Amino acid sequence: MSASLAMPAAAAAPAVAATFNYKVVRQFTVMTIVWGIVGMLVGVIIAAQLLWPDLTYGIPWLSYGRLRPLHTNAVIFAFGGSALFATSYYCVQRTCQVRLFGGPLAGFTFWGWTAVIVLAAITLPLGYTTGKEYAELEWPIDLLIAVVWVSYAIVFFGTIFKRRTPHIYVANWFYGAFILAVALLHIVNSAEVPVSFWPMKSYSAYAGVQDAMVQWWYGHNAVGFFLTAGFLGIMYYFVPKQAGRPIYSYRLSVVHFWALIFTYMWAGPHHLHFTALPDWTQSLGMIFSLILLAPSWGGMINGIMTLSGAWYKLRTDPILKFLIVSLSFYGMSTFEGPMMSIKTVNSLSHYTDWTIGHVHSGALGWVAFISIGSIYYLLPRMFGKREMWSTRLITLHFWIATIGVVLYIASMWIAGVMQGLMWRATNTDGTLTYAFAEGVKATYPYYAIRLTGGTLFFSGMLLMAWNAIRTAAGGQCADPPIPVTATGDATHAA
Amino acid sequence: MDILYLLIPLSLVLAVLIGAAFAWSVRNGQFDDLEGPAHRILADDDNVP
Repeated sequence: MSASLAMPAAAAAPAVAATFNYKVVRQFTVMTIVWGIVGMLVGVIIAAQLLWPDLTYGIPWLSYGRLRPLHTNAVIFAFGGSALFATSYYCVQRTCQVRLFGGPLAGFTFWGWTAVIVLAAITLPLGYTTGKEYAELEWPIDLLIAVVWVSYAIVFFGTIFKRRTPHIYVANWFYGAFILAVALLHIVNSAEVPVSFWPMKSYSAYAGVQDAMVQWWYGHNAVGFFLTAGFLGIMYYFVPKQAGRPIYSYRLSVVHFWALIFTYMWAGPHHLHFTALPDWTQSLGMIFSLILLAPSWGGMINGIMTLSGAWYKLRTDPILKFLIVSLSFYGMSTFEGPMMSIKTVNSLSHYTDWTIGHVHSGALGWVAFISIGSIYYLLPRMFGKREMWSTRLITLHFWIATIGVVLYIASMWIAGVMQGLMWRATNTDGTLTYAFAEGVKATYPYYAIRLTGGTLFFSGMLLMAWNAIRTAAGGQCADPPIPVTATGDATHAA
Repeated sequence: MDILYLLIPLSLVLAVLIGAAFAWSVRNGQFDDLEGPAHRILADDDNVP
């Protein structure tokens, strides 16, 4: 009763500014597609370079060693990062029923993050690199990343603090863990001593095996928190919304969250099996990696079973196809990952293209699919349209992308196992059966299949861009009002 | 492996902080209703009219 009496007064006061901030969501949504195309194009180029090593002969800026970090940074931090910014800003506003906290700070995160990406696209081809995988950017850019990331945390947690709903929806917990963990990982791993501003040069604060340990503590937790926890946030909001059904088990989603974040931090050493890292540390990394199978599969099952009793929706809704198939790839790669972390398996798989296949099963199948699905959900809403311009084009995108991923990962699996077996084969007198170059030659046809798969996946992104342009054409870019009624306050007061 | 003197205490500190966050959320009543929140996000109509 008191809640309903208080409502008109509460509604009257903030009537002027009570809108959601869709502008920043729209900016990141559009840039997700743009950076996806850029990052995947660079991926296609370096895949072609492995097939034709002289493709960009004589141009140092286009050499494989410089473009490869550009590819990984562009797809992970530019494409994946923009998708996470867009979806987290949308989810936190809609579930907390308030406008983003911090006013212009949200806009700053967009322009700051975009600046980081543009700087990466300039400095990496010029050859400026720290040499640390997925943390190649030099110290001035590292500082900018830290500033943008802290602003992101202020905007996100500020919005949580001023929420109008008493409950914090589970997706926000995943996004929150991702934001805090990435801040910690970035600051610890990027600790470095600057030598000069231009040319940009710094030395890592750590040396030798210590540096390797910090690097892979960072590296695998980046997979765990950037590429998993963040995208699970997307899963827990966008799968139920697109399916129009509640998550299969909310209880399981809560268990999933706490189990995942308690056990993730120590999987990193599995990247350093059979190296100078102490044996027990390697085993510890392996054990924690194996433990991770449980929460990962719990989350995967929870997401897929959301469609329990409504599987027919998959036949007609290509956006749901993207979201649900992404979960099956998540299940596949979180089974494959722990398996590859077992030392005996790793002795075969390590340094081969199997690892590349595994990474892309996760990166294309899971991360890109769930991002694409959520971006298709957001696009029409960002431009005041009821739905995407063409549903048939989304279906086409889905099938092209799926065939692309399957060609990619199957060819790399076969190539990787073959390489591992060739490298370890010995003659009866103990000499190696194959020279290294023979393994490279045998891999050649698989590189061609991989390039085909990657090109298909890339073409799917072009279809998406066309569909997005047609959807945006003539659209309304307005910030919608925050609904006055649909808050949890009334139920809480009762 | 001097780095473990940083990384292992860091993990333990994190575990304590995560435990504190969990304790807060239990006491705050975040888990009192484990059905409603799943439905409430669907009640929020974000379709374009």
